[in-house]
Amino acid sequence: MTAELGHLALALAMLSGLCLAVFPSLGVWRRDTRLMAMASPVAYWQLLLVLIAFVCLIENFISHDFSNQLVANHSNRDLPFWYRVAASWGSHEGSMLLWILMLALWTAALAAFSGKLPQSMRARVLAVLGAVSIGFYLFALLTSNPFERVVPAPINGRDLNPLLQDPGMVFHPPLLYMGYVGFAVAFAFAIAGLIEGRFDSAWARWVRPWTNIAWGFLSLGICLGSFWAYYELGWGGWWFWDPVENASFMPWLTGTALIHSLAVTEKRGNFRSWTVLLAIMSFSLSLLGTFLVRSGVLTSVHAFATDPTRGVFILIFLCIVIGGSLSLYALRAHTVHSSQAYGLLSRESMLLANNIVMVVAMFAVLLGTLYPLALDSLDLGKISVGPPYFDAVFVPLMLPALFLMAIGPLSRWRDTPMLPLIDRMRWAFAASLLIALLLPFTASEDYKPMTALGLWLALWIAAAVLLNAAENMKSPSARMDASRLLLQPGSWWGMQLAHLGVASFVMGVSLVNSYEIEIEKKLAPGDVLKIDKDLSLRYAETLQRRGPNYEAIQVRFELLEGQRVVGELRPEKRRYNSSKMVMTEAGIRRSLLGDLYIALGEAHGDGWLTRVQRKPAVNWIWIGVLMMGLGGFWAAGDARYRRSPVTRFAAPGLHQASSKAEGQTG
Amino acid sequence: MSPRQKRLSLIAGLISAIVVALALVLNAFQSNLVFFFTPSQVANGEAPQGKSFRIGGLVVPGSLKREGDGIRMQFAVTDQAKTVQVHYQGILPDLFKEGAGVVAQGMMQTDGRFIAKEVLAKHDENYMPPEAAEALKKAGHPVGAPAQFQKAPTKP
Repeated sequence: MTAELGHLALALAMLSGLCLAVFPSLGVWRRDTRLMAMASPVAYWQLLLVLIAFVCLIENFISHDFSNQLVANHSNRDLPFWYRVAASWGSHEGSMLLWILMLALWTAALAAFSGKLPQSMRARVLAVLGAVSIGFYLFALLTSNPFERVVPAPINGRDLNPLLQDPGMVFHPPLLYMGYVGFAVAFAFAIAGLIEGRFDSAWARWVRPWTNIAWGFLSLGICLGSFWAYYELGWGGWWFWDPVENASFMPWLTGTALIHSLAVTEKRGNFRSWTVLLAIMSFSLSLLGTFLVRSGVLTSVHAFATDPTRGVFILIFLCIVIGGSLSLYALRAHTVHSSQAYGLLSRESMLLANNIVMVVAMFAVLLGTLYPLALDSLDLGKISVGPPYFDAVFVPLMLPALFLMAIGPLSRWRDTPMLPLIDRMRWAFAASLLIALLLPFTASEDYKPMTALGLWLALWIAAAVLLNAAENMKSPSARMDASRLLLQPGSWWGMQLAHLGVASFVMGVSLVNSYEIEIEKKLAPGDVLKIDKDLSLRYAETLQRRGPNYEAIQVRFELLEGQRVVGELRPEKRRYNSSKMVMTEAGIRRSLLGDLYIALGEAHGDGWLTRVQRKPAVNWIWIGVLMMGLGGFWAAGDARYRRSPVTRFAAPGLHQASSKAEGQTG
Repeated sequence: MSPRQKRLSLIAGLISAIVVALALVLNAFQSNLVFFFTPSQVANGEAPQGKSFRIGGLVVPGSLKREGDGIRMQFAVTDQAKTVQVHYQGILPDLFKEGAGVVAQGMMQTDGRFIAKEVLAKHDENYMPPEAAEALKKAGHPVGAPAQFQKAPTKP
């Protein structure tokens, strides 16, 4: 019964999505405030109905209702409780329902926290979100119903892919989808702005916190996905340029461009068309990502059963969204003019450089991801584009962007005199360069120029953050006063934290790429493997272990410093009972300096084929991305987004004047 | 700068960035595209020498032979028509199995051996790497779709 209840709730939710798309728009058109005011309650109803549907699906999984086709294909009686919950989004149909739930969440949140918006704007934004949701309801109900029954019901399910049986599965998809779907809000604001012809700094101030939060979630989702792949797959890599990773990376790139371009739109009233286009692009790429990952054109853990009708549906939906929004843009482009002048060296030009690099990088990733698919579908042969391509394109693109990233926050709006800027930054430049040139000498390995370059850029960005903080600490009497930093707004803190995160990320990538070590060898009980001049590894014993739904062989390795045991690692080989799939569970000893990573291959003779890796500073990568995501949240919490427009602009007539005045000071 | 100049500088910036990116992309594309060949194509000498490519098919049952250290090995990959001997040094993926689908990336040596740098297997028990499936289909031995619980019949 629960499945039918969920199905019914989903159908009713679609009805509420339809109401949300139609009535508020009608209200704006006929200037009927009662119709416009319907938007919020309908958004709450929609959330409630989707929640009921989602809870029904989870209930099916928890209670082992194998008459639900989804449960039969993706769960099993032995599956532990939390993985049964997570299994509800571990399939194509379930993940679509998660998409819909996230969209309903964002819509309801917008309805709840947009009381200060003009009523017509609020009605339009919510109506656009309603219209987007209809596409997904139709998709779920017509092609991917999560409540399909199997007759007769099997006695046991086929089990969740063991690769997905991990705490990562509980958190990674919801975080990532919060980010993906969150760009729908920026998209809705862009469409509503186009219709209304309103792109002033107040508009930008409404969009910014939502976009920052969505971007923060996407960053955290990608970060967790990368971290999970690192420890789960047993290869010790943190990014594979897999098409599925690229699918989440492309909206992140344009989203990064968007949050920067929005800064210009808010503070200076510039880049308006750009901002609108980036908002449309980010959401379209989220849809494209969904299409790539869920339609089965790609092959990976993320791609589920192939069904061409689904792919065609998303493709049509994608065409409607992109085509519709771009035509609207073409029709209304005259309302989006912006004409504030700025100099070649100014905060605007720095942010423009950021935008160009991000968008070009996105297109490079798009080409590398879609080209093999296009060739394949045209039957021109199968090719693959691997990490070497992306590395060759990405590194040279990002180097200038990283260099400018330090200068941007220190430059002024409109125009920055060159010489004073050089004067301010020369110590940061000299210090970062000196440390970066000398630091690689302390490592025992060969001196590598690329390591020094990466270290320099990371230190250069970090030095600029410190310089920015130091300049803001200076009181009018030129005394340093750290408490003055507390006067800085949340957006300043968020930006500094995120930029410091980039520095940490670049540092981690440079060090791990330069100094990682990999040894593949057969090890038997008693064997000692030398890792470097101090550390060695001893195969201590082989153990048997029984998990909730698997049998495992565990090897206990002792980490030796000289003759002293300083730690142990326990890599495992698991065999899952229901699917008979064999899985590697790596043994990892983590530290800020670097990880030691052991994965078991196959049993051979009296021992195991073993892969031992040393990964210097690898955790800096995820710490960096974590800082970026949290920076996005911090910036979204800036008090100025919460200030009521009434206290800000005393009268509507002052609106333009005050937003201009702020542009001068900001 | 006047708005006109600003727009011109923006366009110039965009164009130069795109030109640089295109140069990078094309250069990287030329050297890094990896093509796929079936064992039959390799046997006919269609695969390039001295350039990395992928082959795919089924691992011939009983063909996996390891050296004493266990790390160096060779196995045969077939599309049921022709067979290619693959040499590999490293640890095989968990789902590598004799008789199952596999894709290997590497280079053909002048003596006719294929030395693989990377061996990829499937992600799931019931799933065949598409390249491997393609190789079998081309050689006239298509594999069936994976067994899944079918939809409930529309008429009970």
